[in-house]
Amino acid sequence: MHGKIFRLAVLLFVTHSAIAGEKERLELKDPYFGEALYYAHQGEHFDAISRLDTELKQYYGVDEPQLDSLYFHINEAEFSVGDFELSYRMHRRAGRAIQAVIEGNVDPAVRNEAIFRLARIYFQKEQNVNALHTIERIEGDLPSDIVNDVAFLKGQIYMVNGKFAEAEKIFQSLENAKSHEGFAAYNLGVSRLAQEKEEQGISSLAKAGQVSGKDRAVLAIKDKANLTLGSRLLEKGELQAATQYLERVRLDGPFSNRALLGLGWAEVKTEHYDRALVPWSILAKRNVTDQSVQEAMLGVPYSYGKLGLYGKSALNYGRALDAIGTELDKLDSSVKSIKEGKFLKALVREEIKKDRNWVIRLRELEDTPETYYLMSLMASHDFQSSLQNYLDLEQLRKRLESWDENYNSYEDMIALRRQYYEPLLPGIDAQFRKLDSVIRLRLEQRDRLDARLQSMLVAPRPEFLATAPERIAGEAIAKLEKRIGKEQLRAKPDVAHRIDRLKGYLHWNIHTEYDERFTQAFQNLYALDKDIVRLKEIYGSFVRTRQAATQSYEGYDEQIRRLRIKTRNALGTVETLMARQGHMLEVMAVNQLVQRRQRLEESQVKARFAMAESYDRATMSQSQPPEVKAPDATSPAAENGSEKSQSAGQDE
Amino acid sequence: MSRFFRGISILVILAFSAISIAEEVSKEQIKGLDEQVQDIKKDVLGISAELNLLEEKLLYPSNTQISLFVSVSEKDKFRLDSVEIELDGKAVAHHIYSFKELEALQAGGMQRIYTGNVRTGEHELKVGFAGQSIAGNEHRKVDTYSFRKGAAPGLIEIRLSGPGVNTKSIEFKDW
Repeated sequence: MHGKIFRLAVLLFVTHSAIAGEKERLELKDPYFGEALYYAHQGEHFDAISRLDTELKQYYGVDEPQLDSLYFHINEAEFSVGDFELSYRMHRRAGRAIQAVIEGNVDPAVRNEAIFRLARIYFQKEQNVNALHTIERIEGDLPSDIVNDVAFLKGQIYMVNGKFAEAEKIFQSLENAKSHEGFAAYNLGVSRLAQEKEEQGISSLAKAGQVSGKDRAVLAIKDKANLTLGSRLLEKGELQAATQYLERVRLDGPFSNRALLGLGWAEVKTEHYDRALVPWSILAKRNVTDQSVQEAMLGVPYSYGKLGLYGKSALNYGRALDAIGTELDKLDSSVKSIKEGKFLKALVREEIKKDRNWVIRLRELEDTPETYYLMSLMASHDFQSSLQNYLDLEQLRKRLESWDENYNSYEDMIALRRQYYEPLLPGIDAQFRKLDSVIRLRLEQRDRLDARLQSMLVAPRPEFLATAPERIAGEAIAKLEKRIGKEQLRAKPDVAHRIDRLKGYLHWNIHTEYDERFTQAFQNLYALDKDIVRLKEIYGSFVRTRQAATQSYEGYDEQIRRLRIKTRNALGTVETLMARQGHMLEVMAVNQLVQRRQRLEESQVKARFAMAESYDRATMSQSQPPEVKAPDATSPAAENGSEKSQSAGQDE
Repeated sequence: MSRFFRGISILVILAFSAISIAEEVSKEQIKGLDEQVQDIKKDVLGISAELNLLEEKLLYPSNTQISLFVSVSEKDKFRLDSVEIELDGKAVAHHIYSFKELEALQAGGMQRIYTGNVRTGEHELKVGFAGQSIAGNEHRKVDTYSFRKGAAPGLIEIRLSGPGVNTKSIEFKDW
């Protein structure tokens, strides 16, 4: 019994985590992180991890990560990559990544959140003791948005480790938390029942069965609580109360079939066979691949028999036998088709997976017996995870094949670039070298001018700012002086006077206009600087473009060669794993279907006996007054194990 | 009664024959294969990250790279149908949104709608989108944005809002 309860609780976690996952929107400061979230929100976990891995690789590769925009999200990014890996069923890597956060130098709240996530991984992988030891390491502050999630997980971990009293306390404290309403009450009820606190357990389950909300998960937990409670009361013989709870299960919900079956049994136990016919007749018309439906198909004629309507009973047994026969044929063709490899081909049909309900669509396809029973196969966790692995491998195979083709395109592109640039670049480089030396010379001249002007601020040198005509005139005067000679000038004072006047004129102009000229010189230097800035921009742009030209075809060969080898190796591994995983899926599916076949054959044998008996009684009743009681051997409970059916709620 | 026992004996025979043909799958086999699948996923993700960097360097060098991201305002839940983008007068992106994509945007994701190459200098973006308000009214807007592309990679966010929000329907952010 405890084992069943534990399995229920484990299943619930998955449902609940979907609700708890809805957090407030993060204010984004890195668009690439936003891109990873965009993929993750669509369930494209490979792309999400790949994007985030690339970003993290770049972030840790830069010298100053605090300048990178991912710096603002680095904790979320580390956690998110762990979350995405979990969603992508990479538990081992997710666990290691989270362990690294725990061991790192981080804020206690961040560390506690990491511990919570690690405990959740252990819990999901059914490593219950590890989960317990991990969750108990949480000490101190927790981020406010996960306080209830942590408590809920702790309660679940206590339950799977048999610590029901501790679990009860936790779920009790969560009963009024809006985000966990229903889920906490359900688990509270289960943990109380496990401690044999019957009354309290029933009351908690009853509360869980009446929570308000239109969310699919909430509606499902309500149904589940009502079904569990109804089945439990049915087992205890409290039939009226059981009926009340079973009737609360929605007719279109996932637990409806088992509830209808239970309702029929509750009526049969009180010998209200006519009333049992109501739920069982509804159920018998549903999809015959469901085990509850098959059981109801035998329940209907059984009830007719009990009501003394042997003819009708025999007819209904006949219908059930026909349905069972058809079902057995379907099973045979399913098994045959699976063994022919059609099952795996159907699973990877692209057009089907675009539909959210692709599993149901597959079942409804015509002429595909290999997928009739996919829904019921999906109920097994092992099958489900193996199927997911197979689909993931198929996705990897497609990616690797497309990458392998891309390498050829990249090589073509590189070859074209090389072909274009290689003949051009030597000429461009030679021209650039000439220009480069001229640019350098001019830049040196500018720097010399700047230095001279700066020194003139301290020690004015007006002669430096003489104009070209003034310099020519000065030189001409000097030459004239030299040619005349000092002796002659002394002899001709008028000539000497004239020369002095000319020199004085020049000197006057140069010195009186010095300030103005000096200001003008600075203004000219500033104007020159603007041109130099523009020159440097063009120079930088040219250098980058020149580098980009080389980089557009140099240095890729080795990288592409390495990537191609890795891709092909990975493709080989993926194909091998796909073959193994596919074979495993086929074996699991065939085993399941063979088991189902055995059960159906048992029902078939019993139905045949019961039909023969009903015919006998119908014949007898024509000559004798009708007997109300039918023999026990024809009871569908005896045929199919009524105990199992009645405790369907705990038998997940 | 004899029919009953005959039935049981048939069942026993059937059960044994079924067991003899069934190939079992053990928990250890499932776990072992699962771990190998996890390992190959890790390897392929490693190749993917390396390939992302290679493609970026090869196809979109940083000095010419421009990426455009689409996000939606969190304040209202209008239904975005499609987005069209022109860069310097040339149509570069047109996207029609599925429900899944819209939900991902509303949950805070950003869609990289375009990555390409442009020269450094001034450029103009023209963005148009079509959608529906919660009431079902059609909502169409067009806006332009001028930006300067420098030597670093250009990242521009285009944030779209429905009619119920008191901000511009199209906001641009140069990251």
